[in-house]
Amino acid sequence: MKDKDPLNVIVTGVGGQGNVLISQLMGSALVRSGYHVTIGETYGASQRGGAVMSHLRISRQAQYGPLIPHGQADVILGLEPVETLRVLGQYGNPGVMVVTNSRPVYPLAVAVGIAHYPSVEEIVKALEELSRKAWMINATDIALDLGASILANIVMVGALVAADVLPLAAQEFELELQESLPTDRLDLNLKAFRRGLAELKAR
Amino acid sequence: MTSITAYEAGASQLLMGNEAIARGALEAGLGFASAYPGNPSSEILGSLAEVAREMDIYAEWSVNEKVALEAAAAASFAGVRAIVAMKQNGLNVASDFLMNLNLTGTVAGLVLVVCDDPSGLSSTNEQDSRPAAKWAELPLLEPANSQEAKDMTKWAFELSEEIKNVCLVRSVTRVSHARGDVRLGEPMAPSREARFAPTTLGQFTPLLVPIKHSFLHQKVNKAREIFESSPFNWYTGPEKPELLIVTCGSGWNYSLEAVKALGLESSVGILKLGTTWPLPEKLVQQHLARTDKVLVVEEVNPFLEGNLKELVGDTFATLGPLTFYGKRSGHLPTFGELDPDRVMGALGSILGRERVAVEPDYAKKAQALTGSLVQARMIGFCAGCPHRATLWSVKNALKLDGRGGFVTGDIGCYTMGLGPTGFFQLKTVQAMGSGAGLACGFGKLDKLGFDQPVLTVCGDSTFFHAAIPALINGVYNQSNFTLIILDNSATAMTGFQPHPGTGASALGEPAPTVDPEGLCRSLGIRVEVADPFDLQDTTQKLLDLMQDDSGVRVLISRRKCALVRAKEEKPAYKVRVDTEKCRGESCGCARLCTRIFQCPGLVWDDETHTAKIDEVICTGCGVCADICPASAIIREVA
Repeated sequence: MKDKDPLNVIVTGVGGQGNVLISQLMGSALVRSGYHVTIGETYGASQRGGAVMSHLRISRQAQYGPLIPHGQADVILGLEPVETLRVLGQYGNPGVMVVTNSRPVYPLAVAVGIAHYPSVEEIVKALEELSRKAWMINATDIALDLGASILANIVMVGALVAADVLPLAAQEFELELQESLPTDRLDLNLKAFRRGLAELKAR
Repeated sequence: MTSITAYEAGASQLLMGNEAIARGALEAGLGFASAYPGNPSSEILGSLAEVAREMDIYAEWSVNEKVALEAAAAASFAGVRAIVAMKQNGLNVASDFLMNLNLTGTVAGLVLVVCDDPSGLSSTNEQDSRPAAKWAELPLLEPANSQEAKDMTKWAFELSEEIKNVCLVRSVTRVSHARGDVRLGEPMAPSREARFAPTTLGQFTPLLVPIKHSFLHQKVNKAREIFESSPFNWYTGPEKPELLIVTCGSGWNYSLEAVKALGLESSVGILKLGTTWPLPEKLVQQHLARTDKVLVVEEVNPFLEGNLKELVGDTFATLGPLTFYGKRSGHLPTFGELDPDRVMGALGSILGRERVAVEPDYAKKAQALTGSLVQARMIGFCAGCPHRATLWSVKNALKLDGRGGFVTGDIGCYTMGLGPTGFFQLKTVQAMGSGAGLACGFGKLDKLGFDQPVLTVCGDSTFFHAAIPALINGVYNQSNFTLIILDNSATAMTGFQPHPGTGASALGEPAPTVDPEGLCRSLGIRVEVADPFDLQDTTQKLLDLMQDDSGVRVLISRRKCALVRAKEEKPAYKVRVDTEKCRGESCGCARLCTRIFQCPGLVWDDETHTAKIDEVICTGCGVCADICPASAIIREVA
């Protein structure tokens, strides 16, 4: 999987979950290891509860465009389960590998009681039938255990790296965290990353 | 995150298109940068402001795009390389000056970057700004990715100085807000000998117009000549392709992808143009001669397609008949953004190839398993947003007034007042400041039978940008309306850039504060100030102002943006629902608190059938306590 060129990765979630940040961190780490990386992002709704998706194109040979064609995702990293399903429906294929957070962020319509959120069983069934392999990680609980729900995004990167579907080693991502984050935030983020790594490895 | 000067020349850095544009300007010896924020352009000035102190250059958030262009032109006139950035709507604001600047010409390199937003992902339109290059007769460059965004911007300064005129760089969302690895060059120190020194009479004016216009044509011809050998134009593909794709900017990425996916490398060629106006005619003709079928791939309008056809019309005798495919032929959509799938569809239908993107069995299964589970995620006001509170009072004041009053809207976060979280209160939205302009007109229709109260809203940044002239117009012409300034001390929609009311400069240094209240009072306007979280007081003040019915009135609804408050302050209240008091579905309010008020922090509990507070999301503004008719929402000072 990780040798495919280009490797098409989609990071998906809801505005405010730090989707853009982790795409950028993974992309920077890959550029450091000599890859060409292009990231296409959906902005605008990012702070206001909208669906947010980043497309990463990773290649040894060339820079690819910022949008992955339909049905062509190799890896999906989901920060929110229904957003993962949304992306699977559009960009999935029988070979896709999925790592997703299990904790919902309810759409406003669900929160205010005018729509319903799918059950865990429905989500798991769809994930299993539409991917080669799917992991569900309760990243938000791990993040809350570390003291801040926002760390769920870094926990999820840890799980993704442990799934061994990206040409990205744990120490390469840790180096990126060291280069990019202010020192007062580094320790907690490293912890979150390692908790994610351990969580998936234990499966 | 990592700044645009963090890496040494020669290194590769992952840069957003807008950051790459900023880096290109630094490598060209930029001395002056100005902009008004607007997606997808905001990060250009944002990333320059971040390094302005370190590079010892000047960067400002201007009050609007016209002033931004004027300020940058002054720098150019004084011999300093300058960049000005804006979104597509902003170019319209700046165009009055631009259409005189083009005849006037420039001294040091002046680059105008305009970032278009195909599909209007964060805009009210999807205007294609490229015809402005033809209209103003200025050279146009279109980068396709971050590397080109940097390289073209750097080169644009040289081109501008070669022809002594403004150079336009046109980006789109999928370039500006995409990231790619960029090989960095060396930043250059700017000239520090700024001096305005006219040498001839009328040098810095468009006068004498016909003569200056003829000079402008000489400049265009010179740019065309330079473009003929530009490294930003190239051809890849077979010597004699069955079909030639002519493309530019974002369209090039999708074309490459489509040709490869369909395995058409040996039969389809791609002419990638970076310099799209004026067209390098000799170069283009040379490639058009390869084939008799041409597909044009571009966003949004058939601008390149039209210019190619114009050229073919002029040279019909040598080129012979060509068949064009693209937007005019219906092979590509004439609205909305492109993507690789749309270009594959066009190529497939022209060449009779079918491509199956997703196996039908998988597609069917995916639809069955996810279709019903995946719902649209509507955007709306954040928990604790002052706009929700203001619009709640507006809704109630209009109802109490009972004369059919309405609100004209404007551009900012509060544009979402068109939708459910703003209780559908905004009835019009067009351009920056247009809410007040429309109110001026509505407020003068009394002779023609009009008797509805007129309200209009604008944010603090929009007020400074374009609402002030409309307000003065209303005073002078004795129109009759109430302007509500939604003062949240931020340009929130575009990323919290400072503006004249915030007391901070683009570099985050202290700056004089322009006070909207004092400004309005100086115009002789009756001004009230309210805290939107005090619903009763805000509603009463609105009613009073509406019923005053004489001239222009202003209500300043003042409360900091919830996202800013979350960073600066502790929540004011601890809010909870008293489940004893909440009558749930049997209450006559029909779930007013959740179904109507729609704050993400106040949710409906499907199990207990009562409202509840989501403590992770609630910001403790306490406003919902005032809307519950059963007083079941309890707010305690935190």
